[in-house]
Amino acid sequence: MPDVQSMVLEFVNKLRKRKIEGSQATARCTVELLKSVVSHHRLPRANQASALIDAVRGVGAQLVAANPVELAVGNVVRRVLHIIREEDLSLATAAVSELDFNGEGMSAAVVAAAARSTLRPPSLQTLLEGTTESATVPYTFSSGVDSESKTADKSSITQKLKDDVRGGIDQLIKDITDCHEQIAEQAIEHIHQNEVILTLGNSRTVLEFLCAAKEKKRSFRVFVAEGAPRYQGHVLAKELVARGLQTTVITDSAVFAMISRVNMVIIGAHAVMANGGVIGPVGVNMAALAAKKHAVPFVVLAGSHKLCPLYPHNPEVLLNELRSPCELLDFGEFSDCLDSGSPLVQVVNPTFDYVPPSLVSLVITDTGGHNPSYMYRLIADYYSADDLVM
Amino acid sequence: MGAQKKGGARVSDDTEEQTRQRLQAILLADSFTTKFRPVTLERPKVLLPLANVPMIDYTLAWLESAGIEEVFVFCCAHSTQITDYLQTSSEQQSHPNLLVRTIESHRSISAGDALRYIYEQQTETSQIQGDFVLVSGDTVSNMPLADLIREHRERKKKDEKAIMTMVIKKSKPSPMTRQSRLGTDELFVAVDPVTKQLLHYEVDHVRGSVCLDKALMESNPSVMICNDMQDCYIDVCSPEVLSLFEDNFDYQHLRRDFFKGVLGDDIMGYKIFTHEIGSSYASRVDNFRSYDTVSKDIIQRWTYPYVPDVNFSGNRPLKVGRQGVYKASDVVQSRSADVGACSVVGYGTKIGNGGRVLNSVIGNGCCIGADVVIEGSYVWDNVVIEDGCEIRNAIVCDGVRIRAGAVLQPGVVLSFKVVVGRGFVVPAYSKVSLLQQPMKEDSDEELEYADSSSGTADRLSGLSLEMESKGSELGPDGVGYIWEVCEGAHDEEWKHSVAPIPEDKLAEIIQAMEDDDTEDEIVPRKSEELKSDVDSVNTDVNDPGDDYGYFEREVEGTFLRAVEEGIKVELGILEINSLRLSYNMESADCAGAIFYAMMKLAVDTPHSSLRELSENASSIIAKWKGLLGNYVKHTDEQIEVIMKFEEMCQETARELSPLFAQILQVLYDKEVVQEDAILRWAEEKAGADEADKVYLQQCEAFIQWLKEASEEEDEEEEED
Repeated sequence: MPDVQSMVLEFVNKLRKRKIEGSQATARCTVELLKSVVSHHRLPRANQASALIDAVRGVGAQLVAANPVELAVGNVVRRVLHIIREEDLSLATAAVSELDFNGEGMSAAVVAAAARSTLRPPSLQTLLEGTTESATVPYTFSSGVDSESKTADKSSITQKLKDDVRGGIDQLIKDITDCHEQIAEQAIEHIHQNEVILTLGNSRTVLEFLCAAKEKKRSFRVFVAEGAPRYQGHVLAKELVARGLQTTVITDSAVFAMISRVNMVIIGAHAVMANGGVIGPVGVNMAALAAKKHAVPFVVLAGSHKLCPLYPHNPEVLLNELRSPCELLDFGEFSDCLDSGSPLVQVVNPTFDYVPPSLVSLVITDTGGHNPSYMYRLIADYYSADDLVM
Repeated sequence: MGAQKKGGARVSDDTEEQTRQRLQAILLADSFTTKFRPVTLERPKVLLPLANVPMIDYTLAWLESAGIEEVFVFCCAHSTQITDYLQTSSEQQSHPNLLVRTIESHRSISAGDALRYIYEQQTETSQIQGDFVLVSGDTVSNMPLADLIREHRERKKKDEKAIMTMVIKKSKPSPMTRQSRLGTDELFVAVDPVTKQLLHYEVDHVRGSVCLDKALMESNPSVMICNDMQDCYIDVCSPEVLSLFEDNFDYQHLRRDFFKGVLGDDIMGYKIFTHEIGSSYASRVDNFRSYDTVSKDIIQRWTYPYVPDVNFSGNRPLKVGRQGVYKASDVVQSRSADVGACSVVGYGTKIGNGGRVLNSVIGNGCCIGADVVIEGSYVWDNVVIEDGCEIRNAIVCDGVRIRAGAVLQPGVVLSFKVVVGRGFVVPAYSKVSLLQQPMKEDSDEELEYADSSSGTADRLSGLSLEMESKGSELGPDGVGYIWEVCEGAHDEEWKHSVAPIPEDKLAEIIQAMEDDDTEDEIVPRKSEELKSDVDSVNTDVNDPGDDYGYFEREVEGTFLRAVEEGIKVELGILEINSLRLSYNMESADCAGAIFYAMMKLAVDTPHSSLRELSENASSIIAKWKGLLGNYVKHTDEQIEVIMKFEEMCQETARELSPLFAQILQVLYDKEVVQEDAILRWAEEKAGADEADKVYLQQCEAFIQWLKEASEEEDEEEEED
């Protein structure tokens, strides 16, 4: 346990000091940390799942507090919580079916349906399954397991829950690692011959996406808006050129002028909110508005770890981070304008932009392309309603 | 640069050794000054809050994220407070990757003492293995250190004498900016533009000029002189620095003594290099004005990620809103209260109806009444401000109570737990404390207070009782002493306070700058002193042997001052003697220089005719012959004076040439010049060119008379 504690501290420290950048890297670190939390946590006899959930939640709260702007941390924590709940549920279902075998008179199907309904908000699908009595079935799986475990082999069940959760987390790690490829596979369906693509800022997902299309012998041109003041676009342009793509670098302010020649805008998201709104590098909203004006499709690429179950109007959600003005101004030159007394010059250097769902044409995740209005449904698949507030 | 290359084998050994070294830092948690009095009598400077986070946390958080693994915190005054604070913060794991060790010493009264103490300690324990970063506990920065340390090590490997790398940052060059931003004097640095070696470091208290040693010009092909640099007080040092301090036990100040020693006296050929940081931020909180400036910079996010909305060292993060307003989530703010741009409001603070807060920092747990105006001020924790108070550009420490209707004028500092009486107006720039002003201006004082800190609390409570009963300097229901501004420091008050510089002072500075400019234009650049133009890259090498020129000017300056201020002859002699020693001159040179100065004065004194000029000259000679006479005891020196005079008449002061004979006679009459000298001069000149003989001819009659007189004397003697 102490080594886990120190790992948590170390990671919290890195998050605090803004040493990890990029949602994918953060997500991977988070999930790996949570995996070791799960495997090192000593489970009590009773309420194993809730003990595990509490442990993960405790660590998760620390991580989220360390850098609230990095939404991927919270997302991954909630995904892990969801995995724990689901594994617990499936164990419970197995146990109940055993009970059923002993003749306690409750069908496994009913229990499973009831369980599903507690995990997921009511949807048309569950309603249509027509298990009307599901709502009345008491939800006592963990305790059920406990009462049963008196007779069963305790240690094996403990191990089982942990192993299952670990398996689930491994799957999640794999998802996060592979999200680029998953998304890039779909490139061929979206990028066509002789098209012009506009992108802004630097995103690994976008890079892989474009390169995948290139590999499939599509020939197209890419406009890269440089993404002032951090000029991440320059980095992207360099990599694109290295992979043999025809690239044009433009200033951010030229986006509107160029948009009429563009067939599609593709950007990588920092996070996709539950309402389908997108948080991306600063300047993205401007590009989205320009695209809307010229009826150019605005496509957002996001791995599933970027789907955030929160709504942007939630006051708890920090959508932006203001960085140092030194990226815009030279301190030496401006030091006399920043005079004490009352400084007349103010420098605002936000990192992110919010694009409302009405401007987004398509969100491509590793499971395929979706309309922004469908996001809430995807999110319901990945997260439990209980975990939304941590 | 005459780098001393070592053998290849050694170098590879070194790299292995250095990769294993831990990155270490020494943090001086005491500034050894009294600029933050009276606040620092009760709490060490490094624990004072900057935007509601103690200063030392900024330094530690930065050191940690810059990759430093171990830091030695040197505590002196209030060491228990500092160690306690570090103890709790290490329990909270604020800096998990940083090993914080404390070193306590109560005898140190300067940075030099501190380093000597550390040296002694470390010879026993040898904790400091290699290069280390030396900072003070009031540094706010976000610069990366890894590159700097690597750069230093590589240079050290090539050149063993490169013992230190200091960090400088570009800031606006005008002295006004410097004044208004950091309250520091102008800094001149001379740097070799290629190697970045520091050649000269001078803090100018007066204004705009810098003197460079000409040897510096001789030995370096190019020198860059900058006056737009800010010294960040971040140094990477090799262990030699510690031993240098140990060897030179009189070194006190890191810059004043140490730099002067290394650069000026050329100790063992050690060198200091500079490193200019680009976009990163680095500054030091040196006085109240820089406290204000650095706080503003933090609010403006130049120090990102060390800003109030980021939890960088266990602090509770605030929420950032529009226009740089940082507010805690539980602030109770009245609907009619207005928290304006660039403000910070801490946890548990309440702001009453109609309050106005602008450009200010308000700490945790404060209670601010109705219709209070707070502008450009720093209110620390648990302060109670009652209705209708006005606070402008002030610092208000923990636990202060300001009763209804009181006004704090700009520049006021209220120390801990002071109570300002109802409706009382605290005059501008006053410093108020519960402790009485110490009589002795000495840094020891802080230590004494610290030592007896256990007793302080009791004394304070007793004091407040006593004062409440009889009223105080802060109104009938106030508690606290207003400190008197000590003599001479009055001028500094406005410079170092948090209040903006008053209009008239600003005007003065601007005026001074303009004067400087015009002076530069009118005076043809006679002086070889390098008037520092902005960034002037000076590559010309001064005429060697011009020491005499410098000396002459110095003597002239001294003489003129003596005349103006009516200094006694004996004192003048003392001054000129000291000049003579420092420039290593003969007394003949002194005589020449003094005489030159006298004649120049005569010429410069307004006169309408030659007659008047000659009268001027003779009166000056009469008055100051004591001074000149001190250096013309021998014939050789007297001849030197005459030669000098001749030279002057030919070159610089042609007006005097018709008066040569007259003045020579005056000199003779006043017994400055003996006849032997004049005769020998005449003999020497007899063989010279015609052109040189002009003056000889002019005073032929006089010489003739002298010769006759001497002959007569001889005859008389013979007759006797």
